[in-house]
Amino acid sequence: MSTPSSTTTATTATRAATAATATLDVARVRRDFPILATTARGKPLVYLDNANTTQKPEAVIRATDRFYREQNANIHRSSYVLSEVATAAYEGARERVRAFLNARSTREVVFTRGTTEAINLVASSFGSAFVKEGDEILITGMEHHSNIVPWQLLCARTGATLRVIPIDDRGALVLDDLHRLLTERTKLVSVVHLSNALGTLNPVRAIVSYARAKGVPVLVDAAQSVAHLAVDVQALDCDFLAFSGHKLYGPTGIGVLYGKESWLEKMPPYQGGGDMIASVTFEKTTYAELPHKFEAGTSNVAGGAALTAALDYVTALGLPAIAAHEKELLAYATARLAELPGLRIIGQAPEKASVVSFVLGDVHPHDVGTVLDTEGVAVRTGHHCAQPVMDRFGVPATVRASFGLYNTREEVDALVAGLRKVREVFG
Amino acid sequence: MTGLTDLYQEVILDHNRAPRNFGALPDANRSGIGHNPLCGDQLTLYVHVSEGGRIDSIAFQGKGCAISKASASLMTEAVKGKTVEEAEALFGRFHDLLAGPEGGPADPKALGKLAVFSGVREFPTRVKCATLAWHTLHSALAGGGKETTTE
Repeated sequence: MSTPSSTTTATTATRAATAATATLDVARVRRDFPILATTARGKPLVYLDNANTTQKPEAVIRATDRFYREQNANIHRSSYVLSEVATAAYEGARERVRAFLNARSTREVVFTRGTTEAINLVASSFGSAFVKEGDEILITGMEHHSNIVPWQLLCARTGATLRVIPIDDRGALVLDDLHRLLTERTKLVSVVHLSNALGTLNPVRAIVSYARAKGVPVLVDAAQSVAHLAVDVQALDCDFLAFSGHKLYGPTGIGVLYGKESWLEKMPPYQGGGDMIASVTFEKTTYAELPHKFEAGTSNVAGGAALTAALDYVTALGLPAIAAHEKELLAYATARLAELPGLRIIGQAPEKASVVSFVLGDVHPHDVGTVLDTEGVAVRTGHHCAQPVMDRFGVPATVRASFGLYNTREEVDALVAGLRKVREVFG
Repeated sequence: MTGLTDLYQEVILDHNRAPRNFGALPDANRSGIGHNPLCGDQLTLYVHVSEGGRIDSIAFQGKGCAISKASASLMTEAVKGKTVEEAEALFGRFHDLLAGPEGGPADPKALGKLAVFSGVREFPTRVKCATLAWHTLHSALAGGGKETTTE
């Protein structure tokens, strides 16, 4: 199978061409993020929890502020100019997302609260139309709980069965098992692009083409990946793709479900309410056109305006330049962490991005996290909403450092120095 | 650095390395299971309460972070020989030390060795680690059976 990087690179050649000349000027970029100049427990903030959520650049903060100062009104339903301005901001965000993902049409871009709601939407709507007793849903052993539990709920409702592609000791998918597990009973494959717990980059293009040959649709959980590599839904040829604004330097509370129009047309609404209807009588309701059929209630309009700013920001820096910077940083961090006695990296797949998860001897990850906290270093400790991954590697929890476009080698050094302090305290 | 040395005092590190009353208690007549799903901490508590309502022996098993393990260990030492009511009252004072009104409990001396946990106050995310054993004890004394979770 080809690697994901080679498959995405070919199709994003144009984007790469415009950004290839640019290397990331990290010192300049850091000045765009006001929070990076703050302190934590009296030390300069070293923010290494980007897989959890990213910090926001000035442009995103300003877009939110500007929306409420100058553009705020409800959308799609009023006759005055301010409502037109707000509608244009929101529908402009949809077009911005379409371009970002290289979707064919804005009809394929549904706004949600985030990745979790996007996956629940598919589990609920696709599930009620196409999944019945005896069918199977196929996921992987490295899914976030948000790509496990919606399918378990669907299986409980319908009598379908959840199947899981296992992961090997390095934290890579055992793809031979995909061939065994994807059968005529499989109704959908839902796979994470970039694992939040392990940093594994999965070969989703290859998975999609294998499933496509069997006529099985694929959902890609791109919550982690969109901030770290260029994602092109036509090149991936996936049927659904989900991501969240807040992991992409944008606001919380807004996310995206991309769905191929041919599927979205066939799927029933997810929630009922205002804005998703064409006409309502007590006898019969007809639904709005795509994508509005899936967007009941007042949308996160300010979130849309801010998401546009985030996508503009990331695109201007260039995802290839961001990816190159983060790849270098991950390699540096991996090498520096290996210097520490007793440190074990959890997840050493050949293809990784932006995440390094580890345990330090028998010191509990929460104690590691607290010591790092006193040094101003913010990392995530715990199971990362991926308990099956922790079970697979026989640990209750890990420490996870995850990098974003603004992180530096000096911050990795601060992490390593903090870990040496853990050793001083715990021996 | 002050926060760190206040939190991981030598007594806590010592009880983490060498927890007291660690193991099963075959003649226990009360038991409880505590679980912190956020970090995977798990502990089983065994208690023997005399007919007069006194905790005459107590032990625990499990795994967890330094704070939760040391807290369980120090708790077993603190409540051994106390009546159920006294143990519950001590839990109340311990809770006040960690998360009660500003200034902590009215009489910190009444906490004895448990006062080493005062540093946890600065780290609100760790309060649950320190109180897991106590919540489990409370549940075991109340009849138990059900798993106690922090969430």
